[in-house]
Amino acid sequence: MGEQTVIEAVRATLQSEMRRDDSVIVLGEDVGSRGGVFLATDGLIDEFGENRVIDTPLAESSICGVALGAAVNGLRSIAEIQFADFVWPAINQLVGEASKVRYGTNGVKTAPMTVRIPYGGGVRGGLYHSQSIEVLFSHTPGLSVVAPATPYDAKGLLATAIRTDDPVIVLEHKRTYRLVKGDVPDEDYTIPIGKAEIKRPGTDMTIVTYGLMLHYALQAAEMAAASGIDVEVLDLRTLRPLDADAIAESASRTGKALIVQEDTPAVSISSEVAAIIGERCFFDLDGPITRLGPPELPPMPFSPIQEAAFMPSPEKILAAITKLSEI
Amino acid sequence: MSATANNPSNPTGQLSGTRLLELYQTMVLSRYLDERVWLLNRQGKAAIAASAQGHEATQVACVEATDPSKDHYLIYYRQFAAMMALGTTPEEMLRGFLAKEADPMSAARQFPLHGAHPRVDLFNFSNVIATQLPQAAGVALADKLKGSDAVTVVFFGDGASSQGDTHEAMNFAGVHKLPVIFFCENNRYAISVPIEKQMGVESVASRAIGYGFPGVQVDGTDVAAVHEVTKAAVERARAGEGPTLIEASVERLLPHTTDDDHTRYRSAEDIAQMAERDPVKILSDLLKRRDLLTDDADEEIHAAAKKRVNVATDTVDAEPYPSVDTMFDHVVDSVGGKF
Repeated sequence: MGEQTVIEAVRATLQSEMRRDDSVIVLGEDVGSRGGVFLATDGLIDEFGENRVIDTPLAESSICGVALGAAVNGLRSIAEIQFADFVWPAINQLVGEASKVRYGTNGVKTAPMTVRIPYGGGVRGGLYHSQSIEVLFSHTPGLSVVAPATPYDAKGLLATAIRTDDPVIVLEHKRTYRLVKGDVPDEDYTIPIGKAEIKRPGTDMTIVTYGLMLHYALQAAEMAAASGIDVEVLDLRTLRPLDADAIAESASRTGKALIVQEDTPAVSISSEVAAIIGERCFFDLDGPITRLGPPELPPMPFSPIQEAAFMPSPEKILAAITKLSEI
Repeated sequence: MSATANNPSNPTGQLSGTRLLELYQTMVLSRYLDERVWLLNRQGKAAIAASAQGHEATQVACVEATDPSKDHYLIYYRQFAAMMALGTTPEEMLRGFLAKEADPMSAARQFPLHGAHPRVDLFNFSNVIATQLPQAAGVALADKLKGSDAVTVVFFGDGASSQGDTHEAMNFAGVHKLPVIFFCENNRYAISVPIEKQMGVESVASRAIGYGFPGVQVDGTDVAAVHEVTKAAVERARAGEGPTLIEASVERLLPHTTDDDHTRYRSAEDIAQMAERDPVKILSDLLKRRDLLTDDADEEIHAAAKKRVNVATDTVDAEPYPSVDTMFDHVVDSVGGKF
């Protein structure tokens, strides 16, 4: 057991999975001697060589298309998209192609591929290094989408993704990479896809969230505790399939639900979570299902003051908690 | 590098007369079945079909140069004759077109010729043009890393040559010298858009120079010539020397699909002229000139093909559609049909 940052957990997991299984390869822009722009693949090329750690041309569609082809021919491929904002050229290969391989071939082919995508803002990334892109993948039958927010979950979910025989999108919030530290056991473990986790138990209200917002929600919950409001924080961890049972159980028990996300709210993860709670917990609620997110603007301004105004924060979450608790 | 392979002094090339006759029989059977599918469409039984009429020689000759026991084939929707050459039976082909339960490619989830073949490593994941090219580079990359000498053949049309994925795939394959053959069947039309509105260069093959591997043009109605250039590309790939781009010029004798009408955009003269490049007729004439086929034997081949297609049609027409509950089979492991 040792303390690691999220990025250290990602790197260690890539290394241990490549040691565990010779068929695992990593490919993407700058993943070789540069070690990735966030250093997620630092040192891998030295240990595993350039056949298994492949610096690709700057072309996202072929990164994912090649990863898919390799996956249907016996390898377990891990593609890295440098920033989520650059994934759009590859959507055809992921949403259009990879998601339908097992279904469209009636089970003859499977695509054991993982796509790691750093996403999210609060890093002075402006319009093209801050985007949250989870909704498009989460809307797609045939893809699994995980969004670990802690080093422990990053290791367990990445290991699961790599060992899964179908495509998994792993969304890593880049603000958490070095900000968030936590204990990570040395031994091998996996976390199942589709399982949320209560990160803070509480009785008065449920916050449903994921990614960087988990940490802001936990801070807000601590602040609320000082005012006598006992907030439960549920970390979705997987965005497709959503853990509807865990969401409904918690919301029914506390009677109030606040959904917090960094992505713009319209037609989003929070929309789906709200629908689940509305369908399954209606008679157990004693307040309106409430959503907190940024304004409906292209995410997100480069200017520091505007960026801060755009992003949800612990203070904004606390204000939403207080308002909901007074109903 | 660009070359044109054609050797009039040796019209059967590396193929024996007996083998050439067998390939001819496959082409005739493919032609009859292809015609039958159009008929079934007009009867309202086959929802959609894209014809390979005019492409048969190219497809059969290309497959002949490969090894189906280990090679990979990423096809697109017009690979009717290639699938026949790879051993797909007329019944299996018809099950796809008639969307029957026993369709071997996708259990009738997808359009005909989409899905994956149960016996040969032949697959076609989608209708989206050119997506198969980067996937082919990935398949070939896996073989290279595994130390296999298998070759990946990826088929595409002139329309697909305009897609960004085609550029990305060839660029990647060139960098890694992958054992892949980019096989373009150029019939000069992307549905209705003629080749001069698709590209500013003379040939698709000429683009290979931009990726660091050879590009070859070949007459796609000439079985021996297509076999020869493909064989050379296969040997090059197996030897670790990298990709080859082959551009076979063919005719699309019918409209793009059963939903298209090419008289809206092709002149009567153009349509009449292309009939002279019918590969079935060309090979028939060649075999007769070489005394490998008599008129009587040719008639027997046609009669046998027609009978075979009739039997297959009756069989498959009577087969069931898939039941609704199989719609939930083979969803991805982690989802299981839930949301």
